[in-house]
Amino acid sequence: MNNSALSKWFVSREGVYYLLLALLLVVILPLVLDPFRLNMVGKYLTYAFVALGLVMCWGKAGILSLGQGVFFGLGGYCMAMFLKLEASSPENTAIQSTPGIPDFMDWNQLTELPWFWEPFHSFSFTLLAVIGVPVLLAFIIGFAMFTRRVGGVYFAIITQAIAAILTILIIGQQGFTGGINGITDLQTLNGWDIRTDEARTTLYFICVGMLFLCLFVARLVQNRKLGRILMAMNAQENRVRFSGYDVAAFKIFVFCLAAAFAGVGGAMFTLLVGFMSPSFIGIVASIEMVIFCALGGRLSILGAVYGALIVNAAKSGFSESFPELWPFAMGALFIGVVLAFPDGLAGLYRSYVMPLEDRLFRRDKDKGAPVAGTAASKPAAANENDDEPVIDNYSPEKS
Amino acid sequence: MNAAKRKSGDFLLAVEGLTVSFDGFKAVDDLSFYLDPKEIRVIIGPNGAGKTTVLDLICGKTKASSGSIKFAGKELTRLKEHQIVHSGVGRKFQTPSVFEDLTVFENLEVSYPQGHSVMGALAFKRDRAVIEAVEEVAETIFLTDALYEPAASLSHGQKQWLEIGMLLIQKPDLLMLDEPVAGMSVAERKKTAELLRVITRDHTVLVVEHDMQFVGDIADRVTVMHQGRVLSEGSIEKVKADPKVIEVYLGH
Repeated sequence: MNNSALSKWFVSREGVYYLLLALLLVVILPLVLDPFRLNMVGKYLTYAFVALGLVMCWGKAGILSLGQGVFFGLGGYCMAMFLKLEASSPENTAIQSTPGIPDFMDWNQLTELPWFWEPFHSFSFTLLAVIGVPVLLAFIIGFAMFTRRVGGVYFAIITQAIAAILTILIIGQQGFTGGINGITDLQTLNGWDIRTDEARTTLYFICVGMLFLCLFVARLVQNRKLGRILMAMNAQENRVRFSGYDVAAFKIFVFCLAAAFAGVGGAMFTLLVGFMSPSFIGIVASIEMVIFCALGGRLSILGAVYGALIVNAAKSGFSESFPELWPFAMGALFIGVVLAFPDGLAGLYRSYVMPLEDRLFRRDKDKGAPVAGTAASKPAAANENDDEPVIDNYSPEKS
Repeated sequence: MNAAKRKSGDFLLAVEGLTVSFDGFKAVDDLSFYLDPKEIRVIIGPNGAGKTTVLDLICGKTKASSGSIKFAGKELTRLKEHQIVHSGVGRKFQTPSVFEDLTVFENLEVSYPQGHSVMGALAFKRDRAVIEAVEEVAETIFLTDALYEPAASLSHGQKQWLEIGMLLIQKPDLLMLDEPVAGMSVAERKKTAELLRVITRDHTVLVVEHDMQFVGDIADRVTVMHQGRVLSEGSIEKVKADPKVIEVYLGH
């Protein structure tokens, strides 16, 4: 097979996939959906950030986190704190016994703003915190776990415990966090009313833009040597270690990356939905996020987006008609994915649709890429490492 | 042993008083041995003698309970695995552990001693020097023709060579090979012996092996281990004639 031609073909094919997704999210959905439905799609997309992080962390590097809701929630809460402070101006809250603090604090007999709320008056601090707080927590957890070689099921259980702890903490500390109701009644972002249809549509497009930014970061990591090390680490951790790599550092990195993506997703969620509550960050929410990733295909960056969209759309559809059946459907879906098609939709696509594409476009391919001498083209292909001809470094026999 | 008279600084590797115990069982017990630069040393011994554990201790996979491992004057017992690799010690495992999903080229590239930090791996570029180093090693390990094949498609013997190649590209001073010819065909064994002879022109090699024929082919000196201790040491003829060795290892 000719490597250089092959790589061009794959690169262009990959480009087409990204373009199709962009077309769907930027043109088709906004045209066919009313603002309410579009806002819901936006909400689903915020989960795609988390699923994308899981693709990198779980799919590529083999680190299963059952607590990604924690990072989603932290990003979301950071944004919600900023919006809540803006909504709690002394004029708006004049009827409270302590004006100028969020309403739930007043109900809980707090008389001044807690110290850790203070910095969230600043929008730039909030933007930093949306990524910084989840990454910091991920770093602490990652450092504590990975340098001690805690991994696999043990790590998954610990992340799940952290999700439970954070939920309990938030619910228990009502006065500081809004408790089980969460932080509600968010109104404006720097004076811009986020509750109108126009604002929600604009926020939808911002969300899509951020998602593509994250997709490209993930793609960059995947296609660099870093991505190969992550995959290699998953398969042969000791060989990577004894090839001179600090395995823990790579694990911490990818866990922090996933947390950063989740944090951005959480912040977009708060903006699109208009509130944040503990129900979005707990154990159930975190496991659902893993299902989005698994259904889309845990090795596929784009699969994460489709997984989040499809499962959430199905959830809404189901919940509207048979609300009590959804948990069963979700469970069946997960079992089905794990047993029948462990590489998710992306895997099915690759084995059934891609061969069709190959047949359909073969003529173009032969025309577009004249056959070069195999031996001569190899170093050239090697030089084009930046655009590695793998879409998702996928191997059908390994699963 | 003339070793006692020399200072440990003269050796590439000086293992002294090395002990490790697992729940009270001493897998390696007060072990001392010394490697000269460019020497090929083979460790032999019955099952459970602690041979593989010695390699594990040197490369940091297992932490020593006591004793010292000095490599080129540097104490290894306190270093982490990747730091030991960076000091110049390469380790091949008993079962071939290559990255099956990656091509031979990529397997070697991953081991290329550059871009080993997270940011370094993000910035790493496949430049001329990398390609040349990979091609050079591929030739040494007889895999030039398979360079762009996935490692999963290689034969068992080729995987063993690939793993040796992954060590070579790191340019280590000391190579440690755990049963490099286990499971190989006769032809592959011959080729591996040839490969080792090439390698030892500029590396010190420490091998754990059972195949006495192969040991005789390659070893400068042989260390016989038994129950975590050195039973005998010297040339292959000397240890083969040693009555203690015949009793516990060879004589059956």
